[in-house]
Amino acid sequence: MDNLDWAFPSSAVEVKDLTLHYGPYEALKRVSLKAKAKELTALIGPSGCGKSTFLRSLNRMNDLIVGCKIEGQVLIGGVDIYAKKMDVSLLRKRVGMVFQKPNPFPMSIYDNIAFAPRTFGIRKKEELDAIVIASLRKASIFEEVKDRLRESALALSGGQQQRLCIARALAASPQILLLDEPTSALDPISTAKIEDLLAVLKSTVTIIIVTHNLQQAGRIADTTAFFLLGEIVESGTTEDLFRRPKDKRTENYITGRFG
Amino acid sequence: MSDLKAFRRSRNFFASLKITSMVALGLSLVALVSIVLFVLIRGTGNITFQLLFGRYGTSPSIWPAFLGTLLLIAVAVGAAAPIGIASAIFLSEYAERDFWLIRCLRIATETLAGIPSIVYGLFGYLVFVVACGWGYSLLGGGLTLAIMILPLIVRSTEESLLAVPMALREGSYALGAGKVRTIFAVVLPSASEGILTSLILAMGRVVSESAVLIMTVGMVVNIVPVSPLSAGTSLALDIYYFASFGYPEEASATAVVLLVFVLSLNLLAFLLARLFERKKGLHGQS
Repeated sequence: MDNLDWAFPSSAVEVKDLTLHYGPYEALKRVSLKAKAKELTALIGPSGCGKSTFLRSLNRMNDLIVGCKIEGQVLIGGVDIYAKKMDVSLLRKRVGMVFQKPNPFPMSIYDNIAFAPRTFGIRKKEELDAIVIASLRKASIFEEVKDRLRESALALSGGQQQRLCIARALAASPQILLLDEPTSALDPISTAKIEDLLAVLKSTVTIIIVTHNLQQAGRIADTTAFFLLGEIVESGTTEDLFRRPKDKRTENYITGRFG
Repeated sequence: MSDLKAFRRSRNFFASLKITSMVALGLSLVALVSIVLFVLIRGTGNITFQLLFGRYGTSPSIWPAFLGTLLLIAVAVGAAAPIGIASAIFLSEYAERDFWLIRCLRIATETLAGIPSIVYGLFGYLVFVVACGWGYSLLGGGLTLAIMILPLIVRSTEESLLAVPMALREGSYALGAGKVRTIFAVVLPSASEGILTSLILAMGRVVSESAVLIMTVGMVVNIVPVSPLSAGTSLALDIYYFASFGYPEEASATAVVLLVFVLSLNLLAFLLARLFERKKGLHGQS
C-alpha cells in the first residue's frame, strides 16, 4: 500500500455492525449499511441521530477525536479500512469529504485545488494545471473562476466556495465522496447547482450524503437510510422508503410528525 | 417615596460616574500627549547629521547605538522566534489542553513574563558576562533579551494558532494531508499575520529595554560594534548615558529617534493586525 496510485478494488461500501463510543456515550449502535458503487446514498434523520458520526467513520475522521472507540467493520471494495495496515492518508485520498460549512483554505483558488495533488507529491506545473482545470470543470465552477485562479478563494460567494471545496476533494481523485449537509448553509439557487452537480458526478464517483432536507434526498438519492438515536431504522431504495415505509417511525418522520 | 429617592440617588451616582471617568480619561490623555510633546519639543531641534550618522569623536553620535540596537534585535528575535514559535506549535497542536504538565508550563510562561527586567539583567550578567567569559557583549545582551521576550512570543503565537478555525485543519486532514503538512501548509500560513505582529511587538520590547542592557552590553557609546561579541550600546542606553554625563540636548534628541522607532514598529504591528482582521472577516462571510 506504499503506492500513491493505490485504489480500492471497487467503491462499494459495506458497513457491518458498527458501534461507536465517544467516551461513555454510545453514538452508533450496531449500524449496518450497504452503499452500491456509483450510486447516491442519502442519510436522513433528526439532529444528533448519528448520521454525521457515521459519515465521518467512513474516512476515519473520527480518529482525530480523543476518546472515540469503534467496533465492527467498514469495508470499501472488500478492504477493511480499520485494518492495521491501512494508510489513513491514502484512505482519505480515495474517500473525499465535503463539510457542512464551506472551508476553503485562506489561499488562492488554484492553491486550494492543488492542495491534495501537492500532498501526494505532484510538483510539475503542467500536471498541476491539468488537474486544477479538470477538477474545477467537474465541479462546474471553472467558467466562474477561470480568470481569477490566483485570487483568494475567500472572496467567492458561499455557494461558489462549496463547489470549490467539491473541486478540491475531486482533485485527489477520490472513488467515494462523502458530503455532510453540504447545502444547509446555502441559498436555494446554489443548492440546486450542487444537486445538479452531484447527479452528474455519481456516474464516476460513489456518493454518500447526509441531509436534513427530505425533499433533497427524494430528488437525488438512489438509496436512502433513516437514522434515529444512533441506529438505522430502515434503508432501501429512495422510492420505497418514501412511498412505502415499513417502519412506523420512518413514516412518522417523513410525514413530518417529528424531527 | 423612598423608592423614588433611591432611584434619584442611583441616577445621580451614574451621572457623576460618567463625569468622573471622563475627567480621568482626559488626565491620562494629557499625560500621554504632554510626554510626547515634551520629548518632541526638547529633542527635535537638537537632531543633527553629526549626531545621527557622524563618527563619535569630540561630539557624540548615536550611530554605534543604532547599529547596536539593530544587532540586539537580530540576536534577540533571531534566537527567540524559532524557539517561541515551535513551543507555541507544540502547545496548540500537540499538547493535551488539560494535562497537568501543560498547565504548569503555561503558568510558568506567564510568570516568566512578570519578572522585573533587572532580574533578567542580573541573570544575563552572571551567565553570559561572567560564566561564559564573554565579558560585556551585544550577543550576551541579545540572548538575555531573547529569554525575556520568549514568553511574549509563545503566548501570542499560541493565541494566533488557536484562532485558526478547526474546520481548516479538518479540511486538510480530509484531503489526506498528515499532521505536519497540515501545520505547515494550512495552520501556520493562516496565523502568519498574527505571528508576525507578535514578533514586531517583541522587537518593540527589545528596543525599549534598558535595565537588562546596563548589566550586559557594557554601554560602550563611542565605538562602532564589529561583531556580536563586541561590547556596545543601544539607543535607550545612550539616553541614559547622555543624560548622566552632561549631554542633555543629545539625550532629548536620542529620545525623539527612539520614540519614532518604537512608534513605527507599533504602527506596523497595528497595520498587520488590521490586515489579519480583514482576512478573517472575509472568511466569516461564507
